[in-house]
Amino acid sequence: MGKVVLVTGVARQLGGRFVRRIQRDPEVDRVVAVDAVRPEHHLGGADFVQADIRQPTIARVLAESGADTVVHLDVTGTPLGGGGRASLKETNVIGTMQLLGACQKSPNIRRLVVKSSTNVYGSAPRDPAVFTESTPPKSLPSGGFAKDTVEVEGYVRGFARRRPDVAVCVLRFANILGPAADTPLASYFALPVLPTVFGYDPRLQFVHEDDVVEVLRIGAHEPRRGTLNSGTFNIAGDGVLLLSQCSRRLGRPTVPLLLPAVTWAGSLMRTLGMSDFSPEQIRLLTHGRVVATDQMRETLGFTPKYSTAETFADFVRSRGPGLLPPETVARAVDRIAALPVPGSGHVPAHGAD
Amino acid sequence: MADAKVIPFDDDHRSRGSAASRRRGAAGRRQGGTRPPAAVGEVQPLPGTAAAREDDPVTGEDEQPRERAADREGGLEQRIASGLAFLRRRLTGDYEVDDFGYDEELTDQVLMSLLRPMYEKYFRVEVKGIENIPSEGGALIVANHSGTVPVDGLMMQVAVHDHHPAGRHLRLLAADLVFVLPVVNELARKLGHTLACAEDAERLLAQGELVGVMPEGFKGIGKPFSERYKLQRFGRGGFVSTALRHGAPIVPCSVVGAEEIYPMIGNAKTLARLLGFPYFPLTPTFPWLGPLGAIPLPTKWTIQFGEPIPTDGYPPEAAEDPMLMFNLTDQVREQIQHTLYKLLVQRRSVFF
Repeated sequence: MGKVVLVTGVARQLGGRFVRRIQRDPEVDRVVAVDAVRPEHHLGGADFVQADIRQPTIARVLAESGADTVVHLDVTGTPLGGGGRASLKETNVIGTMQLLGACQKSPNIRRLVVKSSTNVYGSAPRDPAVFTESTPPKSLPSGGFAKDTVEVEGYVRGFARRRPDVAVCVLRFANILGPAADTPLASYFALPVLPTVFGYDPRLQFVHEDDVVEVLRIGAHEPRRGTLNSGTFNIAGDGVLLLSQCSRRLGRPTVPLLLPAVTWAGSLMRTLGMSDFSPEQIRLLTHGRVVATDQMRETLGFTPKYSTAETFADFVRSRGPGLLPPETVARAVDRIAALPVPGSGHVPAHGAD
Repeated sequence: MADAKVIPFDDDHRSRGSAASRRRGAAGRRQGGTRPPAAVGEVQPLPGTAAAREDDPVTGEDEQPRERAADREGGLEQRIASGLAFLRRRLTGDYEVDDFGYDEELTDQVLMSLLRPMYEKYFRVEVKGIENIPSEGGALIVANHSGTVPVDGLMMQVAVHDHHPAGRHLRLLAADLVFVLPVVNELARKLGHTLACAEDAERLLAQGELVGVMPEGFKGIGKPFSERYKLQRFGRGGFVSTALRHGAPIVPCSVVGAEEIYPMIGNAKTLARLLGFPYFPLTPTFPWLGPLGAIPLPTKWTIQFGEPIPTDGYPPEAAEDPMLMFNLTDQVREQIQHTLYKLLVQRRSVFF
């Protein structure tokens, strides 16, 4: 008998892609795709069930489908369509509780994969430079999506204790970017001018959508020889980009603002609904966050196809150039280089940073 | 910069005659040190011969300067080209930083050149025992900390960067205050510094980096002037267990001269608490003279790297043995203190 996979949060781009991908795996018999709203993209022949995971109906859906693998992707930072932060939090936290309750009663379930985020570490100046899976955060996220993920992970740990027979895999993704990404950071990078915090140049890490789909597949299937796919894993591309590097590669100028001004501008933009510039986002853009991915490589046996820089390059290609495309800047520098040399004196290289 | 003044003379050298040629010779001497080696062999005369030629009005004078000018322009062009290539990489974001945010290119090309005048001209740092730093693999440099403002760490970094034959980079562990302050944290990260915690230190040592630590912390840097060169308590000796875990040698380092740059005669504790700093220094000049008082005294420095203390001979559980840790901590501390006294005896004066 083959596998039956139940996937939540399929109305999102990422959920849709994952459903289409896992559908093609030979060992998968049937994919049940669940979301509260009908997705706009096609699901590659998966059975779509319109159900709200905040309601107890999810238990019936799970029982009827006879799923042995549940992939919970409905933990997100941006609301889909309408609906504000309150309903998002409800979907994240209450939805997870309902889903875990349903899983606990299901005799078939063997495997649970939960999409989490490296937001659980928070970002503070007193944190170590690189987080491992076991690093306790110095300051717990006080609200927003970060707090949701902390709570979701708490419930998942509780579930893993109560059902030791189920393999539970929690994947903490770094900032997901890619051509179709709809994460808060992607909408930040879409701003024509990037507000930054004066005097801070945060280190950022990205993971490509393709790698996200791939690692979710690894979590949903039987582990390969010599690897283990239950536990908590950081998922991120290799390397680090500074925010200043990102803005230059993207070709969007930055406006350094003092920290209080950024906080104020963030709440203003949130009120106007232009961008989800939440406090945790500001903290990320102040202090940055880098995670260690040794566990991902050694235990989970996954090597991302895209490094952080390649992920960002792919994202830049999909978004088109900003106000100051790097090619134009490079051409301008080349034009200066082509100028007759005498009298030009010393190069002001110090102005570069 | 000197070069900017040099070039115009070359453009109109024929109209100026011998006076210009004399100046040109002087300019050539000034520039000689910075010329890339490829261009040197051809035309660049030794400083001595250049001086000799200046004074004798040879008939072939017209040939020589033209060649020299062409060469100078070539060297300058090369420098401009490399400078522009650097600028291009910076402006398009085409450079790499490591997981800690260390920007090696920026450090080498810009930040070190900004610190070097202070190192060479202002504090005239003398480095001893640089050969005690292993040329490869992880090692922990443990130094005394002094001077009210942590300039000693930066000078240590320049010392290792400029003098170590293997071109090693020192990765300093800094207090959390550094990473709270705007601008300071950005520069510290780009210089390769990171937070002084066991996790970061171990990660750096595991990567085979040279890690610098000042275990005295704020107790050392913020001590009153009357206690200068008296080592404070070395924390809880966490650096020893970190080194033991990786078998990295501990290199004791003694810095003389940093204690006197800002003689701290008082501490405005209330103000410090208000600002969230561990201390607020009062020196004979600061804050009385305003920003002028913030100029450090031009003391003469000596940085001595001592014999490395190996830590690889211990069993793996040694890192958990408090007795051994205290013993090793004391050994490192005493070696630094001893070297400090020795250097102080040898010192002729604070400023020379």
